Amino acid sequence: MILGLVAASAISLLPRHETQRVPDPVTGRMKDTTVRRVPINLGLDLRGGVHLALEVDQSKGPVPDCADAIQRAERVVRTRVDEFGTTEPVVQIVGRCRLIVELPGEKDVNRAKGIVQRTAFLEFRITDMRNVFRDAIPAIDVALRAAGVRGPAAGPSNAVARLLGQDTTKATAGADTSNQRGALGSLLFQGSLAGEYLVPEEQFEVADSLINRPEVKRLLPRGVALFWGTQLVPQGARTYHALYAVEDRPIITGECLTKAQPRRDPLTNQSVVAFTLTHRCGRIFGDATARHVGDYMAIILDGRVQGQPPVIKSEIRNEGQIELGSRPFADAQDLALVLRAGALPAPLTIVEERTISSSLGEDSINAGIRAGVVGIILVVVIMVGYYRLSGALAVAALALYTLLTFGGLAAFGFTLTMPGLAGFVLSVGIAVDANVLIFERIREELQHGKLVRTAVDEGFKHAMSAIVDSNVSTALTAFILYLVGTGPVQGFAITLIIGIAASMVTAVYVVRTFYMVWLQRRPDLVTLSV
Amino acid sequence: MLRLFANANYDFIKWRRWAYGLTAIMIVPGLVMLLSTRLNYSIEFTGGTRIQIATPKAKPVTTADLRAALDAGGLRGAEIQQYGADTAFQIRARLSAPAAGAGGTEETAQAVARALDARLGAGQYKIVHYEAVGPKVGKELQGKAFLAIFFSFIVTLVYLAIRFEWRFGLAAVLATFHDILTTVAFIKYLNLEVSLVVVGAVLTIVGYSLNDTIIIFDRVRENLRKYRRQNLYEILNLSINETLPRSILTHGTTMATTLALVFLAGEVIRPFALVMTFGIFTGTFSSIYIAAPVLMLIEKRWPGQDARGARAFTGRAPEPAAPAVSRAPAKV
Repeated sequence: MILGLVAASAISLLPRHETQRVPDPVTGRMKDTTVRRVPINLGLDLRGGVHLALEVDQSKGPVPDCADAIQRAERVVRTRVDEFGTTEPVVQIVGRCRLIVELPGEKDVNRAKGIVQRTAFLEFRITDMRNVFRDAIPAIDVALRAAGVRGPAAGPSNAVARLLGQDTTKATAGADTSNQRGALGSLLFQGSLAGEYLVPEEQFEVADSLINRPEVKRLLPRGVALFWGTQLVPQGARTYHALYAVEDRPIITGECLTKAQPRRDPLTNQSVVAFTLTHRCGRIFGDATARHVGDYMAIILDGRVQGQPPVIKSEIRNEGQIELGSRPFADAQDLALVLRAGALPAPLTIVEERTISSSLGEDSINAGIRAGVVGIILVVVIMVGYYRLSGALAVAALALYTLLTFGGLAAFGFTLTMPGLAGFVLSVGIAVDANVLIFERIREELQHGKLVRTAVDEGFKHAMSAIVDSNVSTALTAFILYLVGTGPVQGFAITLIIGIAASMVTAVYVVRTFYMVWLQRRPDLVTLSV
Repeated sequence: MLRLFANANYDFIKWRRWAYGLTAIMIVPGLVMLLSTRLNYSIEFTGGTRIQIATPKAKPVTTADLRAALDAGGLRGAEIQQYGADTAFQIRARLSAPAAGAGGTEETAQAVARALDARLGAGQYKIVHYEAVGPKVGKELQGKAFLAIFFSFIVTLVYLAIRFEWRFGLAAVLATFHDILTTVAFIKYLNLEVSLVVVGAVLTIVGYSLNDTIIIFDRVRENLRKYRRQNLYEILNLSINETLPRSILTHGTTMATTLALVFLAGEVIRPFALVMTFGIFTGTFSSIYIAAPVLMLIEKRWPGQDARGARAFTGRAPEPAAPAVSRAPAKV
């Protein structure tokens, strides 16, 4: 008897604990937003968000067919933002050459922008092993002087004489370069491997503007291209930017990738993206790497060399990895994501960024809320009118249920959209149905002349199989919808699954506990208000 | 104590042939119509025209005003969003004539202008910019939604085969499939716009119908154990009658909610609410008149262990000559 009471109170405590968890994310989310709001992410259709208009970037050379480029970009961007999370974004082509991306809410817009814009053009190139670029520096400096660019006025500008020691390559033109003290030559220091040049950090902008001058571009030897590295290289007390001279033709590009997984190297604790190549590319890559054993290979992403080019130790076929050095793991995840989704056919620029209101429109949402309230009142009236006190218990459980469902949505950070709300409506129906099933059973048992207490117990017991079977199969359906479907279908499935789980808890355990408490207090009860 | 339909004893199954006819009348013309014309997909699927307008600061215009104007001008279901500022709006609209498609950008912009002129008065707004927009939803969504439903059917079959018996699972899935067909036909008859939200409604119906069917089947399972002498025909009738109060109440409450949406929630949500209301109706109907008789037919064709299914018709009704329902899905 007492045990039963304890169990009853324990069960009745259980839902209370769960509801207390609900406001928890409120405080958790409050930290960076000043607006106090329910921590549920509402979708674009309900709340609006950020509107980005993107165009093909023509500044770095014209793109011949921008309509085609934007169509391919649309597919890539859609895949990327879909993988970004269940936020149900809008990706839409407008006009001929424009792409609209709309993201709900304002959270992490910058990261999203980065992912949308990321060209993710991946190339593997062998560095300039024969030092053709270095041999060309004197001629470039001459041309620069002719164009009126002066080298540094004074100082120990004997650049190549100060080679950093590790230079094992034949320094053929070294002396000439130092004597002429050219504008470019004086900025470049030979790095630790062939084709690597170091530029002091403070000179980076000067050097960058120099190598982008038309005279320099014209004089670059055939078969060589220049790329900056992503990381700063500390060397003694100073830090340097690395400039790489590489072969102008990549061995393979990102199109060859079939898989890309972020990983953390257990030994070095570095972030790494492991990749797999297609069969055909694997062969090409294998042949090229076999020919270049002992050479260095630069991994170039969006025109920047990633880390220091590794030496090719042996032939590499289908599998390899990109080391990101000490960069955070999230970078590896993002990189793997964009590599998987494919490269943009052309770089995109954001031409417009605005906030937009909900796509369903405030008016529709308000009307929907009004209708929803009327609907709920109708349900309450029907339940209480038909089942009287028991109906009231069910309504109370329903309130708890709503709290639990939204709490679950908030806790998992799902985006609630209109199809999601449809899922919620359905799960409310299911929650009410579970109570109806139980009450009808209790009535039947009472009709068979059972005592109140037995009738309640039996009612719950018999209704259980129907509730479990119907809920489990609906949940399974929802689960498959989540696995197979995209965007809105997934949103629907998520709310439905959470709703079913919450309804199992409230409709069954909570109502049962209410009953137990009620019967405990009134042990002499002869007729049940059901 | 208020009790509706307690101890009801209607012979539901007797009317099954009428039900077959009714459902065939519902489905077949709809599917025939679908062969000739496509469903009316919303702007989210087809694309349309995006129009940016600016309204004067002095006389604020709300989205509700704009929607009223567009609805009056025949541009239903347009998407109206505030765009950056209070006075800037973006409208995504599409002419209802299917021929216009995404091509009639000019025409749509003119239609919007006419609608706004009529309601707000010319000069009360300025069209900043208009352009064609592509579909919001990729083609793959349609295919994937159906694929998802298909897989979920398989999983349901397996689960019900474990918990009940494969015959029950097959009957439940066929009943749910029937509901998808009738709902699609319903959408076609009313020429409702198929938007993402309507897709959500169809998915909801799948869940609802399955739920409802299983509740009746649960009773059938129980009664089959309890009453060893009755045949399946009687047990099905008994189970449907026993669950009748529950059915009435559950469907009544859910229907009350969706009807509230139909009448109060406005133009944008109405297609969704209509489809849901119809779905509840057809889900209930199919649980009684499709799932139960189909179970009987399956039991007759492939009798279970106690072979009561085979006894179902002996001495009661002649063999059904043309099982319209079991043939209908094969046609699709």
